[in-house]
Amino acid sequence: MSKEKQPLTDTLHIPEPEDELTHPMKDYLRSERLPHIWCSTCGIGTVITAFITGLEKSKLEKEKVAVVSGIGCSGRAAGYIRLDSFHTTHGRAIPFATGLALGNPELKVAIISGDGDLTAIGGNHFIHAARRNMNLTIICINNFNYAMTGGQAGPTTPLKANASTAPYGCYEYPFSLPFLAESSGAVFVARWTSLHVRRLAKSISEALLKPGFSFIEVISPCPTLYARRNRLGTGLDLMKFYHDNAVIKHGADTSQVDIKYQESIIVGKFVDKDKPTFFESRNNFLKDRLGNHFIPYKGPEKI
Amino acid sequence: MTYWRVPLDLNEIKIPHGEPRIIIKRCKGCGFCVEYCPRDVLEMSTEFNRKGYHYPEVILEDACVNCNLCEMICPEFAIFCIETKSKHPESDEVLRRKDKS
Repeated sequence: MSKEKQPLTDTLHIPEPEDELTHPMKDYLRSERLPHIWCSTCGIGTVITAFITGLEKSKLEKEKVAVVSGIGCSGRAAGYIRLDSFHTTHGRAIPFATGLALGNPELKVAIISGDGDLTAIGGNHFIHAARRNMNLTIICINNFNYAMTGGQAGPTTPLKANASTAPYGCYEYPFSLPFLAESSGAVFVARWTSLHVRRLAKSISEALLKPGFSFIEVISPCPTLYARRNRLGTGLDLMKFYHDNAVIKHGADTSQVDIKYQESIIVGKFVDKDKPTFFESRNNFLKDRLGNHFIPYKGPEKI
Repeated sequence: MTYWRVPLDLNEIKIPHGEPRIIIKRCKGCGFCVEYCPRDVLEMSTEFNRKGYHYPEVILEDACVNCNLCEMICPEFAIFCIETKSKHPESDEVLRRKDKS
């Protein structure tokens, strides 16, 4: 007695191969690694989309752009973007990217990393790369805690916010990242949330085309740790919060844009100024001093 | 948006039209696309995908205007729009269309 097997008709077996192949960002994504590890309603994926859109808008060649990331949730970004990319050790995204930019001056190096990686363990590298005005674009995804290791309080956790190492609320004053970047010498400083996708993409394309140290802070929801510990709902609720509480103020004074716990967030393009980059000031200075003896470095020899 | 009369330049106006495509197996059911679609084209499905998340489905196929906001806001790279033929709005469509909000 043999019964024919009934074909499964549930949604677990929906054929959908062709949609994946026609995705407009398939050239920029390592599709074989998707779906990614980020939680449902996390905002990092949106920032990656904005980065890819901004990169397309800036019309830079794919071969002339490299992505470097550090450790943390957003550190995975380098693994999902189909460009020359490197996932560095904790806090050392900027030193690695500095070396890359020094070795190949034609390359535009973008760093996608988190607030803990860039401004806590990598804080020293951050201020010195900004001081030298290295040719880097930094996209700092700020979710207000160390999300990958269990929600510890970090350098950007707002006062009174709960974290796993601050169970009664955080009592340390946080960094205001745009203020830190500007006072260290960044030439382009902007802040957006992961809700402002189009403005963020425009800012990223501007930052990629800007010679010198450009810094974009992106406020991103962390549903699993920051929102859960503070009972703020899901990432969607935080996106609605950004929608209601984000105030766009272009050119705002960066000393006034610090973030307080669940209060209005000032976003916009704060700083856009011109300053000689590391290579420009080095070449001009040494040309003055050494005259014809100085041969500026043009990049690696093409084989 | 509803007009009280047929606009005089109706024949010159073209409404772009898109077709949302959803990669169901990538979706993690965050609902950003459903929440932020300006034309309310999408709705969360009652079905599950293989990871156990509800995924969006298209409920108003004609309403999509190919603005690509769903593609931009999706954190999972799981939805995008394909541009289909843009068309002139019909006169009775302009007068009768009702806002959902």
